[in-house]
Amino acid sequence: MKVGIVCPYTWEVPGGVQAHVKDLAEALRGLGYEVSVITPADDDTPVPSYVVPAGRAMPVPYNGSVARLAFGFVSASRVRRWVRDGGFDVLHVHEPMAPSLSLLACWVASGPIVATFHTAMLRSRVMHAAHPVLQTALEKISARIAVSEAARKTLVEHLGGDAVLIPNGVAVQRYAGATPMRGWPGDGGAIGFLGRMDEPRKGLQVLLGAFELLAAERPALRLLIAGPGDVTEVAGKVAAELRDRVVVLGQVSEEVKAQVYHSVDVFCAPNTGGESFGIVLAEAMASGAAIAASDLDAFRRVLRAGRAGELFETGDPADLARAAGRLLDDPQRRAEVSHAAMTAVRSYDWSVVARDVVRVYETVVPGADRVAVAP
Amino acid sequence: MDRVLAYVAIVVAIAVLVGFYVSWRATRLDRLHARAEAARASVDAALARRSAVALELAASGLLDPATSLLIAGAAHDARAAGQLQPIAATDGEAQPRELAESDLSRALRAAFGQPGFRESLTGKGGADELLAEIEAAGHQVFLARKFYNDAVAATLAARRRRLVRLLRLAGAAPVPAFFEIDDAPPAGGDGSDGADMPRLTG
Repeated sequence: MKVGIVCPYTWEVPGGVQAHVKDLAEALRGLGYEVSVITPADDDTPVPSYVVPAGRAMPVPYNGSVARLAFGFVSASRVRRWVRDGGFDVLHVHEPMAPSLSLLACWVASGPIVATFHTAMLRSRVMHAAHPVLQTALEKISARIAVSEAARKTLVEHLGGDAVLIPNGVAVQRYAGATPMRGWPGDGGAIGFLGRMDEPRKGLQVLLGAFELLAAERPALRLLIAGPGDVTEVAGKVAAELRDRVVVLGQVSEEVKAQVYHSVDVFCAPNTGGESFGIVLAEAMASGAAIAASDLDAFRRVLRAGRAGELFETGDPADLARAAGRLLDDPQRRAEVSHAAMTAVRSYDWSVVARDVVRVYETVVPGADRVAVAP
Repeated sequence: MDRVLAYVAIVVAIAVLVGFYVSWRATRLDRLHARAEAARASVDAALARRSAVALELAASGLLDPATSLLIAGAAHDARAAGQLQPIAATDGEAQPRELAESDLSRALRAAFGQPGFRESLTGKGGADELLAEIEAAGHQVFLARKFYNDAVAATLAARRRRLVRLLRLAGAAPVPAFFEIDDAPPAGGDGSDGADMPRLTG
């Protein structure tokens, strides 16, 4: 089967949709499918062999910020040529409601089209103004996928119809193969956190409380914190005598993120709420971190009721300190939970997610004509 | 004279524009009907595959005779109902086919829900493949039905538009009908295979 994937946002700019498209394309290739990705990118941008650049994207105001999008006749004719010459069995467009390549692809192509909706924020005023344009594109889409429950809800409310839920995957190999940052975790031990520092539901305040308790008994223990938020504000919450033992990195790149999980002896997920589990926990599991996590229902199930990570009373710093302490004192137990976590996370790997996407292709492809340029 | 010509030109131009617009709307409507028809074919194929795999499981000798008979009966009824009746419009009443397919889903759930069902089969020749086949076929039904009902909703909405009704743009194309069955899958076993696990967000 030959799959044509359309990415609406500039390839070289980091972003969730681009990362999704790249991981999906590579997982599909790993499963033996032929894949071609068209994306806005300069012709001289270095891109993988399966990527076709559709020309430079223009920075334009979109959805309250500036996005780099590709539109206009030049982009449209490049997409048309790509569709005509591609010989695809199925076209997979991402974010087709954005004024960019995916929408153009829906217009120029006929045949089976699958669409993935990423965003949970569509502005209905805009949607309404451009209604017939979007409506025509939507009518051509045979199957819709939403990456989250929130994205699905947005779609149902604003566009009508429904979508199947296929969440993002985790690139397990990438995280498993990362190395620690220089000098970490160190002889005195280290514990870590990754996530929005100013979002109470991520539970950083619980961890800071626990660290004060742990630090009192372990004179060389360090705390590594990474994630978006105000670095000085976080540092201000740490007791003065502990400040040189707390390292706050702030927002970090994907590469450093993978390193952070490897740089600590115990990774803490002190979240205080939420029914599903986030990408951070999955990445930590893929990295083989020894995890201490809140005893939330979703966390308990993902961590196999404690076999793949130590669970503690949600929101209780003293219990987190006990759980993390148990792991710090017992290298044998750390190795066990790390191994169990790496096994448990396999069902969230991109290769598994890609198989779910393939099932969607297999539902719409038989009986339909090949993808071609619409008459 | 010139003025008359100008009027004629304007009227012709408007007529051409209206013609283009109407033909564009007709093309869209036609495409929607084609999409619904293709999706209906996938539902048929998915249902046929599911009942075929269910019959295979029932005939495999892996199950106890009572469970075999339960599944074979439900699968047979579903096939018979499917041959008699294509998916078609009714007045909101469940059709025999919808009932028969729902019964097959329930029979499979009842069989798979027996305590120790999966454990009793693991390791037996071909059992793992058959169970995986059944699960895949059930998931295919779920997907195909979702995409089909989506296409039906879009087509019905388009048929209700004023211009479409006024000019009878739908012509003789049959009115597509929703296909409503219970297609909830069997429970995911002990959870070790990742089924029924929490979803990843973000």
